[in-house]
Amino acid sequence: MTLNRALFAAGVTAVCAWVLVPIWLIASSAIGGQAVISAWPKPFLPIGGSLDTLLRFLAIDGVWKSMLVSVEVAAITMVLAICLGAPAGYALARFKFRGAVPFRLLVLMTRAFPVAILALPLTVGFIRIGLYDTAFGVALVHTTLALPFAVLVSASLFQAIPHELEEAAWVFGCSRVQAFLRVVLPLGAPGIAAVAIFAFVISWNEVFAASVLSVRTRTLTAYLLAVLSESPLYVQFAGAFLLIVPSVLFIFLVRKQLFAMWGIANR
Amino acid sequence: MLPYALIAPTVLFLGVLFVIPLVQTVALAFQVKGGWSLDNFATMADDLNFHDAVVNTFRLVAVAVPLQLVFAIGMAMMLRRIGKGRDLILWIWSIPLGISDLAAGLVWLAIVNDQGYLNSVLFRLGVIARPESWLTYETPAALFFAVAIAEIWRATAIVLLIIVAGVQVLPKEYGEAAEVFGASPWKSFTRITLPLLKPSIQTALILRTVLAFEAFAVVMAIGGRNFPVIISEAFTWQHFNNDSGVAASYAIVIMAISIVATLVYLVALRTPAAQR
Repeated sequence: MTLNRALFAAGVTAVCAWVLVPIWLIASSAIGGQAVISAWPKPFLPIGGSLDTLLRFLAIDGVWKSMLVSVEVAAITMVLAICLGAPAGYALARFKFRGAVPFRLLVLMTRAFPVAILALPLTVGFIRIGLYDTAFGVALVHTTLALPFAVLVSASLFQAIPHELEEAAWVFGCSRVQAFLRVVLPLGAPGIAAVAIFAFVISWNEVFAASVLSVRTRTLTAYLLAVLSESPLYVQFAGAFLLIVPSVLFIFLVRKQLFAMWGIANR
Repeated sequence: MLPYALIAPTVLFLGVLFVIPLVQTVALAFQVKGGWSLDNFATMADDLNFHDAVVNTFRLVAVAVPLQLVFAIGMAMMLRRIGKGRDLILWIWSIPLGISDLAAGLVWLAIVNDQGYLNSVLFRLGVIARPESWLTYETPAALFFAVAIAEIWRATAIVLLIIVAGVQVLPKEYGEAAEVFGASPWKSFTRITLPLLKPSIQTALILRTVLAFEAFAVVMAIGGRNFPVIISEAFTWQHFNNDSGVAASYAIVIMAISIVATLVYLVALRTPAAQR
């Protein structure tokens, strides 16, 4: 039995190491300073922390701008996904209406199709209407990626809030809108926040559409992809590190809702 | 009227940014200079990289997706036995979920490049005498495994979450009954747990397969032009050759494969209504 337990603990530790060691290595490549970048063979414990590499990366022309663009695109995606998705989710949760099933199907379908591919015809359309190479244009495509998720998750969020609470508010003289704002929204807020954060991460991480739809107004991912073949390794590792840090923080923030969300969204 | 008003913005949005582009992709692929034609597909099929791209894509999906599923089920079963610290472990295991495929590719590039950590280990162990290159067209097997491992590392988390969500709603009674009747843990796993998890497995496989067919940045970061896949060829034709028609043909190929794969999973792993 003890041997069994030891084996089990070893297995769990091994999986943790499989996840964490590569992150550790990219971190020590990015904040280990010049010594680590040029070292051979590589040391496994980073030689002191140093921000040299990151600062050099950030000093490169266009990097700061691309980070700002990334934040801008992700923020727009987040707002659009919530503003469009939450009302639709509420409708699915609270009303029986003709067309609810086809609507759900349309939303699900966007996920069964490789959405990155929609970016190809959109380049043509966006050039025509002046959205090509803008943060807003990229955010629109990212919203199609985040929206199905936002709709389905907020639907189940609202479903979990007892309808009786809302009815009670109506009885006490609240209008439908007031009841929603004072009763439903506060209860659903943590879940909505988690959906928002996830929409942000989806956009922050997206590469294909962002690269195809921009030339100068590039997100961090599009920038990194564009310079991939011509830049020194330290640039790539520093970039990867800066891409990872916010995502890991975000996943930490939504860890409680995380897999409730995924379980729901995929049922 | 209220529900329609609430869903209208989403319907409108998806109509303009999903349905129309979908139709346009088809038009781009099947039209040349305003007329219907298969020329784009002919150009695509004649391209030097086309064959490799198709083979690489299928190989990657065939290796990565089943392994992701097996790992995820194994991890979910481990989580079931963890008492204290379960939340912490689950959080650690789901970290890759938030990591961009580009970042994941670069993480593994840091490990497998000439002067990377893998070679450092091999050097210290005395296996190699100097930095070796694994990522050139002369080392196709090593290159393939580097891409596959990076893809597995990044995307197993998403499968894990879907499976864990499925495991949570499994009724405990079946397992207990199996134990009472003397079934071994393995038998109760294969005969009870797995069949009950079928819907989750189906969802995970559909999602993962569709996404793996369009795995883009992982491949670009590690393999670059040495490891063409269908989606990276679509990107090359669009971005470097400025030929949306051929790019759209590649897109149609991916779309067709995704739809077929989804249908296959829906049929092969369907749950009879009586068991729901």
